[in-house]
Amino acid sequence: MSARLLSHVEQLDEAYDLAVIGAGPAGLAAATEAAEAGARVLLLDENGTPGGQIYRAITRNDPQELPFLGRDYWKGKALADSFLAATLDYAPTATAWSLDPAPQDRDEKATGLARIGVSLGGAARRIDARAVLLATGAMERPMPVPGWTLPGVMTAGAAQIALKSAGIVPTGRVVLAGCGPLIYLLAAQLLDAGTRIVELLDTSDRERRLPALRHLPGFLRSPYLSKGLGLLWKVRRSLKVVSGVTALRITGQGSAEAVTYCRGGRERTLAADCVLLHQGVVPNINLASAAGCAIEWNETQRAFQPTTDGEGRSSLPGVFVVGDGAGIGGAEHAEVSGRIAARAALRDLGLAPEAGDDLAALVTQRRRLARGRAFLDNLYLPAEPFRAPQDDETIVCRCEEVTAGQVREAVALGVPGPNQLKTFLRCGMGPCQGRMCALTVSEIMAAERSVSPAEIGVYRLRPPVKPLRLSELAAMPQTPEALIAVTGRTADGDH
Amino acid sequence: MFRRLREPSPSDTVTFSFDGRALRAAPGQSLATALLAAGVSAFRTSVVGGEPRAPYCLMGVCFDCLVTVDGVHNRQSCLIEVRDGMVVESQDGAPAIAAESAA
Ligand SMILES: Cc1cc2nc3c(=O)[nH]c(=O)nc-3n(C[C@H](O)[C@H](O)[C@H](O)COP(=O)(O)OP(=O)(O)OC[C@H]3O[C@@H](n4cnc5c(N)ncnc54)[C@H](O)[C@@H]3O)c2cc1C
Ligand code: FES
Repeated sequence: MSARLLSHVEQLDEAYDLAVIGAGPAGLAAATEAAEAGARVLLLDENGTPGGQIYRAITRNDPQELPFLGRDYWKGKALADSFLAATLDYAPTATAWSLDPAPQDRDEKATGLARIGVSLGGAARRIDARAVLLATGAMERPMPVPGWTLPGVMTAGAAQIALKSAGIVPTGRVVLAGCGPLIYLLAAQLLDAGTRIVELLDTSDRERRLPALRHLPGFLRSPYLSKGLGLLWKVRRSLKVVSGVTALRITGQGSAEAVTYCRGGRERTLAADCVLLHQGVVPNINLASAAGCAIEWNETQRAFQPTTDGEGRSSLPGVFVVGDGAGIGGAEHAEVSGRIAARAALRDLGLAPEAGDDLAALVTQRRRLARGRAFLDNLYLPAEPFRAPQDDETIVCRCEEVTAGQVREAVALGVPGPNQLKTFLRCGMGPCQGRMCALTVSEIMAAERSVSPAEIGVYRLRPPVKPLRLSELAAMPQTPEALIAVTGRTADGDH
Repeated sequence: MFRRLREPSPSDTVTFSFDGRALRAAPGQSLATALLAAGVSAFRTSVVGGEPRAPYCLMGVCFDCLVTVDGVHNRQSCLIEVRDGMVVESQDGAPAIAAESAA
């Protein structure tokens, strides 16, 4: 048997045992595992092909043509192949825009089915599932610097996506800026693909070296060591790396023309046509948050994440969160967590026997894969000025063009938290629904009040987590109340 | 701003238009990467300041890649595949982001 590919909401079943959202390593592993155990499984993913971020376009690419994507990339082929060979429903190009958890009884046990809002093939619909596994992955941590909204500025991840999915590379004067292992990986991939990179401006915080040292032993025993050193060596040999960068801004008329950076108190300006920014990845929590999952602050990774137990259960019965969407652990860690959570879900549903030795083996494997992460998290934590921009003119909310200065003024006026700030400044109210500004807003508010973002919290989101077109909703059988609940407006567009 | 590592063979291309200009792309790629590869630098102007914008994340997060596709506003070009005959237009400000989206 093989996966049934769905291209329209009408092809979806009314209900599934397990609905998995996200086709990265976590979601692919979980869906395959559950389907092989006989569960009725649906996997929904926004992209046209399986793989998520790391293995993007893996089923369409050929190692002969793009050898420089590296061994870690080609590993994804086997995972995608076994997923496509499993008996399950796979809906690529589908967006999950809402998740209503199952109602709970007094013991907080699920007493019914969860409902998922899905857009696919130009129409929307809701379907039911006994358990839902969110494997929505990570996004790059926003890096708000002056000029980051200019055309010609994108994330390093975006350049990697362009390379993997379309075989295109940036031209002209390319400058990379930021910190973390991924920016070095991308630099190496771009170099191998024949791109000339002018400079890599490393914004790593030198103050982090000491706190990171404590976690060195774990790192020394992890595979990150040899991979990391290899990358650093290669990149430093092939291009100019400027470390100790403490501030930067991008300028240009209508598109990026130059980057000015500060190092050791001195400014220098570089001509640049393409600036690629990156300062690590953080969980993509919008769907989990809108569903009502408890969200917590991870101080080491300096990001918000859904609260989960050791097997991926969130605070809501029947809702699991796995992979980088539950806390950053990397691709292999995501895959193993997906397998662990799929088994837990099957057990909870009574579709699998109690946990055996194989589960213990997976847990051991996951622990091994987490080794070295604390060192990297500590070493590459972006410096405060890059998390809470100092320059008041810096745009924080790209959609509504709200600046850091405006956020600070609002804090001074006594706006208590991110949710109130939304109504006050429209910050986080644009189409991206706060994805690009949530962390920055919490960081600025925390810095202004000298408290941890844990105390400030983060935007609470409401469904739909992606803007829905009324035409998509039109196809859905709706009561007027339901329509207002989903869209905040009536069918004729009134508020 | 971008170049293709390999030119698509003429027999294996799709033709689409952007603001009336005919462009070609390899099939299977996203509309956003097709536009970038064709040299388009600004996809839309921003809602408040009217500043030019182009894709920032290419993964569905930032919404800076919004364009009008076959008359439908606010499509995320990084999440849709380029198709033969697509009529794509840049967007000025927020053509009905309010009317079409439902945040
Ligand atoms: C841009 C980027 C590039 C990266 N590149 C690398 C790399 O080269 N090497 C590396 O080791 N790590 C990389 N990472 C880190 C990466 O997070 C992990 O290695 C790995 O991909 C995590 O796997 P995952 O299964 O948790 O999620 P992901 O692989 O991120 O997969 C999540 C999937 O969920 C989908 N999704 C999210 N929300 C919805 C929704 N509402 N509806 C439908 N679908 C949805 C997404 O489109 C995506 O396909 C990258 C991260 C990013 C953000
Ligand atoms: S480029 Fe960010 S959403 Fe499309």
